[in-house]
Amino acid sequence: MDQPFPETLHESIDFPDGLALDCGRRLRSLTIAYRVYGLLNAARSNAILVCHALTGDQYVAETNPETGKPGWWDRVVGPGQPVDTDKFAVICANVLGGCMGTTGPRSPHDDRPDEPWGTDFPPVTINDMVRAQKRLIDHLGISRLFAVVGGSMGGMQTLAWAAMYPDHVFAAVPVAACAYHSAQNIAFHEIGRQAIAADPAFHNGRYWAKGVTPERGLAVARMTAHITYVSEAALTRKFGRKLQDAATLSELGDRFEVESYLQYQGSSFVRRFDANSYLTMTRAMDLFDLAAPHETGLAGAFAGSKTRFLLVSFSSDWLFPTAQSRAIAWALNAVAANVSFVEVKSDKGHDAFLLDEPDFHRTLAGFIAGCAEHAGL
Amino acid sequence: MPGYEQSMSKSMRVDLALIAGMVKPHARVLDIGCSDGTLIEHLFRNLGCDARGLELEMDAVTQAVSHGLPVMQGDADTDLATYPDGAFDYVVLSRTLQAVERPREVLRQMLRIGTHAIVSFPNFGHWTLRLQLLLNGRMPMTKTWSRMWYETPNIHPCTIQDFFRLCAAEGYVVEDWLAADEDGARAPWRRFPALANLFGEQGLFLLKKA
Repeated sequence: MDQPFPETLHESIDFPDGLALDCGRRLRSLTIAYRVYGLLNAARSNAILVCHALTGDQYVAETNPETGKPGWWDRVVGPGQPVDTDKFAVICANVLGGCMGTTGPRSPHDDRPDEPWGTDFPPVTINDMVRAQKRLIDHLGISRLFAVVGGSMGGMQTLAWAAMYPDHVFAAVPVAACAYHSAQNIAFHEIGRQAIAADPAFHNGRYWAKGVTPERGLAVARMTAHITYVSEAALTRKFGRKLQDAATLSELGDRFEVESYLQYQGSSFVRRFDANSYLTMTRAMDLFDLAAPHETGLAGAFAGSKTRFLLVSFSSDWLFPTAQSRAIAWALNAVAANVSFVEVKSDKGHDAFLLDEPDFHRTLAGFIAGCAEHAGL
Repeated sequence: MPGYEQSMSKSMRVDLALIAGMVKPHARVLDIGCSDGTLIEHLFRNLGCDARGLELEMDAVTQAVSHGLPVMQGDADTDLATYPDGAFDYVVLSRTLQAVERPREVLRQMLRIGTHAIVSFPNFGHWTLRLQLLLNGRMPMTKTWSRMWYETPNIHPCTIQDFFRLCAAEGYVVEDWLAADEDGARAPWRRFPALANLFGEQGLFLLKKA
């Protein structure tokens, strides 16, 4: 690949005073790349922050400048969509540790600005990501977000926002989310990380110095992860045992369609994603455990919360299953929080939150409209 | 229970108006088995209540949340235990008591998490049911009790008299009660439980702990 990382200029802002991290270290410089869709009102009370998932980015509702593909959530965010950019100012920032313009392993090293951080980039947490976003929100002069919305890792950030800054979040919508990464979740991530580390092109994370990228390792990581994002039923419906370029299995060399599909998923991913970012962010997800610092468990994270919550899960999601969302709903009940909870029937697995799911979109639109009424918007 | 639901939707306003009449303005209310959230919307819009719902059927939950109402999918038999003591001023259980697994436990939970409980249920002591059982010797079938015994979700039917006894046994104070006909119109048997038990198609109770 000639140009593994096309150097796109992302709209961003620098925070020269840096950011203190959970690990005890401090980033001396912090850059946050972000996009805003729609207009802030005079009171700056109509802002919705969208948090992206592991491999998402800030290009929620417009053509992605690196891939040329439509925005990753343009079914949900846009004019007249459930998150309506005609009414709300929708903000999305590339997460801390990402590779789309926000400070991450590809950014210049604090001590050696002529080379990237690479694997020297400090371990970051979901809470660190949220603290970075809070800096951006403060900078934009927004004292209270009308809503924070996100799926998967974005759902973790949404929960962290509600737990860390309850007075600054009027409504929170964690979608296909969880309050902690399970052993199974961590296990799948570890396969991905091991695949990257085992790629000879990884060079202990200094692949950039050699002018290569650990494409094979990263592709395998993506392929493994992709299987966890879809359901068995969806794979069967899409591919079954169909063969690529053959009617019947005639030679042992024949390939199943699902194989070439997965390989395509892997190869398209390595063109847009940095391996060290992948390592940093999967670790951040693994470290996530909202209940851990609280003696009273998960409920303690939300004590006294006035935020209005909508939890959404998908029936065939086995990565962040409904039971995880229900546990969050119960924890919110325990502090008498205002919580709506819907499990959307879908056979599309975890990825359903990104796909065309009318019940989900209808629910989200109604919840936001209801909250807007309560917020006087 | 298609017949039952049809008759419910037709009588919704009157039925809910009776319940709403027991709720003080600006109260915190949990409506268990809230269906599409008609009551909580009424309580929010007309009484300024902080009204929330719990509903088992996902389609109804989706409809309620899509309508902007705070409703969560859940089961009265298990989920009430997750709320803290005294979280609500009123906990409402409308025409659902007869369908839960453990009615007595659900009532206990209601009066743990709420100061008041408002409970309505179809009265199995109504004269038409008694007559059918007497004459036919078979489980009665009416507009309210419209499904065969082997497929009805109403696994714990009771009469108005039965409910008074349960309240006494559990030490609940009946602050208010009334009998109503199927359309929700108040029946004139207020002072006479035995008559209400014979002629009231549903019973409606406002309870609190002694």
